[in-house]
Amino acid sequence: MTAQDTALPEDVAALIGKVQYEKRADFPAERGYIWTSCASVQNGNPLFWDDAVAAELTGGHIAPLSLLSAWARPHYWAPGAEGEQLSLQVHFDLKIRFELPEAIMTDNTNVFYEPVRLGDIVTSRQVLRSVSPEKRTKLGIGRFWVIDVEYHNQDGALLGTESYTGYGYRREAGA
Amino acid sequence: MSDLILDRLAKGDALPTFGVDVTATTVILGALASRDWRPMHHDHKFAVERQGVQDIFLNTPNQAAWFERYLNDWTGPKGRIGRMVFRMTKPVFPGDHMLLTGTVDDVSVDETGCGWVRAEISLTVDGAVRTTATARIALPTTPDDNPWDRRGERWKP
Repeated sequence: MTAQDTALPEDVAALIGKVQYEKRADFPAERGYIWTSCASVQNGNPLFWDDAVAAELTGGHIAPLSLLSAWARPHYWAPGAEGEQLSLQVHFDLKIRFELPEAIMTDNTNVFYEPVRLGDIVTSRQVLRSVSPEKRTKLGIGRFWVIDVEYHNQDGALLGTESYTGYGYRREAGA
Repeated sequence: MSDLILDRLAKGDALPTFGVDVTATTVILGALASRDWRPMHHDHKFAVERQGVQDIFLNTPNQAAWFERYLNDWTGPKGRIGRMVFRMTKPVFPGDHMLLTGTVDDVSVDETGCGWVRAEISLTVDGAVRTTATARIALPTTPDDNPWDRRGERWKP
């Protein structure tokens, strides 16, 4: 890849480090999604299937750790909602701001603290950490950005943190 | 599924190899299970014509779910993942045979007495790396130890 432009607009620079889109989940953690997630990857861990194992090891049912972000994602549609409901809004804001119609995630870091338990209602909040200058990759011309997401339960306990690196890009002819 | 104990591991140990044939169902089921409604994970035409990739592809949280399953198959249910870092260099598509392999990179006990193993994992297709991951997993130091009991200052992922 090659650097195209090093300038970062002031309005974007002002968002770096600022908490955005603090949002309480639309629904509590429930077993249907736990089982669907396990089924999607053929996960037979008895923590998620066997009541006695869950009670003994974790004091009751918990969700797979990798399902953390799912509890904070909006429904595809809900009464009164208009347009597509998006989970990582900062990512989509940057796509619009820089007029980069396509995007892909390249890196992901998950740190897990308290596990999500049945009935937990997760609150998430997003923080933009960085935006790169324009770069050209084989997908097109665009920018990389890093967005952190923090997740807490209804008691304020930290459940985990996530950091995404996204690449928003504009395809070039032949790309 | 048995519980792995920390002192049975050493740097350089190999994790079991796991392979799965990825289908469109794999991709779409994973996307919906993680509540990711973005069309590149279920709409072939969108993926090809808009994104410029060859097909729909596994989404990020579902890749994390595959790694979690892989690691817990190895550790047993007492294995508690503290941290997972991964880099996706090329998407995983229907038709790919996804192969997960791993190596123990470090074994340690922190200042609270919690046992940790660091594993380097590769997701390859036809021998080419698609995603690499580093995972930090708490393991029992004795048969009676349970990393899930750790809270607050005793849990340092």
